[in-house]
Amino acid sequence: MSPEPLLSVSDLRVGFATEEGVVQAVDGISFDLRPGEVVAIVGESGSGKSVTAQTIIGLTRANNARIEGSVMLEGEDLLSASDSDLRRLRGERIAMVFQDPMTSFNPVYRIGDQIVEAIRAHRETSKGDGRQRVVELFEAVGIPNAERRVDDYPHEFSGGMRQRAMIAMALALEPEVLIADEPTTALDVTIQAQILDLLEQLNRERNLATILITHDLGVVAEVADRVLVMYAGKVVEEGTLDEIFYDPQHPYTWGLLGSLTRIDRPRPHRLPQIAGSPPSLLDLPDGCPFRPRCPHEFSKCPQYPGLEARLPEAADHRDRCWLTPEEKKAKRMVEGQIGLEPPPEVRQA
Amino acid sequence: MNDSASGPPLLEVTDLVKHFPIKRGILIDREVDKVRAVDGVSFRVEQGETLGLVGESGSGKSTACRAVLQLIKPTSGSVRFEGREISGIGRREMRPLRREMQMIFQDPYASLNPRKRIGQIVGDPLKRQGIASGSELRRQVQELLERVGLSSEHYNRFPHEFSGGQRQRIGIARALSLKPKLVICDEPVSALDVSIQAQIVNLLDDLQDEFGLAYLFVAHDIGVVRHISDRIAVMNEGKIVEQGSADQVCENPQDGYTKKLLAAVPIPDPRESRERHSGSVQ
Repeated sequence: MSPEPLLSVSDLRVGFATEEGVVQAVDGISFDLRPGEVVAIVGESGSGKSVTAQTIIGLTRANNARIEGSVMLEGEDLLSASDSDLRRLRGERIAMVFQDPMTSFNPVYRIGDQIVEAIRAHRETSKGDGRQRVVELFEAVGIPNAERRVDDYPHEFSGGMRQRAMIAMALALEPEVLIADEPTTALDVTIQAQILDLLEQLNRERNLATILITHDLGVVAEVADRVLVMYAGKVVEEGTLDEIFYDPQHPYTWGLLGSLTRIDRPRPHRLPQIAGSPPSLLDLPDGCPFRPRCPHEFSKCPQYPGLEARLPEAADHRDRCWLTPEEKKAKRMVEGQIGLEPPPEVRQA
Repeated sequence: MNDSASGPPLLEVTDLVKHFPIKRGILIDREVDKVRAVDGVSFRVEQGETLGLVGESGSGKSTACRAVLQLIKPTSGSVRFEGREISGIGRREMRPLRREMQMIFQDPYASLNPRKRIGQIVGDPLKRQGIASGSELRRQVQELLERVGLSSEHYNRFPHEFSGGQRQRIGIARALSLKPKLVICDEPVSALDVSIQAQIVNLLDDLQDEFGLAYLFVAHDIGVVRHISDRIAVMNEGKIVEQGSADQVCENPQDGYTKKLLAAVPIPDPRESRERHSGSVQ
């Protein structure tokens, strides 16, 4: 059977008090992460995917934040951990890689020194040994001339190399869980491919469990084992990689899959688009928040269904849509491919 | 004038070069080297067609656009618009030509003046070129707003009240206000969410059909470029390494760099991705 989860998020809710009201950025998300597994959280801006990641590692603790639920890392609740406990856990057991490699390092210190400092905050090592450790890490993540480059400043690194250095820093204390928040979004495709290969290799070789936050389903297809699709703070669908790509149950997932441009297929006359734009979290519609953009809306939609398994043969494939599996199968095919039916005004044109 | 089908292309760029000097020294600037941002680029855009210019960051694609529009002065080379040489002409001579060639920018958060109302942002080109004023200006702007999928009631709003996708629509309305023949789109969708990207691409497609626009569509995402373009030019290190029809470049690339670029594009299909990986490992 599958091993015990390393990290278990249950009913996580994160709200922020603002002048205009409480923004419920994350509204009851639950998932397990096992050693060596990659869980991808997919969504658009404002879906709550980054807030989920940041909350797990304790970066959203602010006076105006209301955090509920639990995040258990092998029996220890990260949400109720004290600041000093968190400091011990961060880096040591759970680490994070951020989107923007340009702003994640302090520009006035040498990269090697910044990583040594992180190591020495946790381990009793001399600066010389720490430096040696950084050289090894640089070699492990594929930074050429590691011995020389540890003494470089951040501006002397290219974007891709800086992201490798970020990953090296995250791995310095051999954590079991890595959170990667859009790790390749700021990079060119050829560099993105290298970083994805690196992440996959780390997964395999170190049994690193990874939470990958991204908006790019192409990236998800390359590395993920399980996928959570988020919309307006909630998970609308979750399943294995293949379930999400080949048997998607929620119309939002169809729309995301349909609107991708693919270079390996003949191009469609029109890109199947999702109409409208994501709702404001301060003014969500009743029931399903995707309802105003969904061409398949019907009488049941003003009530929001729970995240449930609706397919008899797949107990871990859950979604929040009232349509029956048969209806879904019929409605999701647009011009022979999975997609969302175009909105009426486009259909007439 | 020459308006027959065999006339000169709408835009013809020949051997365009833009070098930026690298200077050293405190009192006396010595040029020690130069960055060859655009290094001998030639392409043409015909009336009503889309040329996609694809490349990674630093390939020189944005610099090429700017040099075409004379927003920066090219080091050498020729840029002909409807047969007329525009490289090196003065700002005053350039002004009437600006009506014909407009630009849509990448970052919809930085390309709209936050202190101006939408009506003013979209209407300013019309006013400056002396095309419309007063209530006629307002009518034309409102019509444009509706055409790009906004509402005429947005006329008095400020940019901060709009989402990224809506802002990009405002940028498009502004570019179209002068009824240009050529629109240069510099990464127009890369800052937008996936579901909004498709809307903007479709909108650009529709507007092209309606107004007979030609696009020079610059982007790093070869999937989007292929979808919208008739022809594609691939840029690397200031040079065009391959040019051809969109399908031909994507399905049967000839140049080594193009092949590398295409191979790096993630395929949103787990089975194919696994196949590709097992193929490359063994």
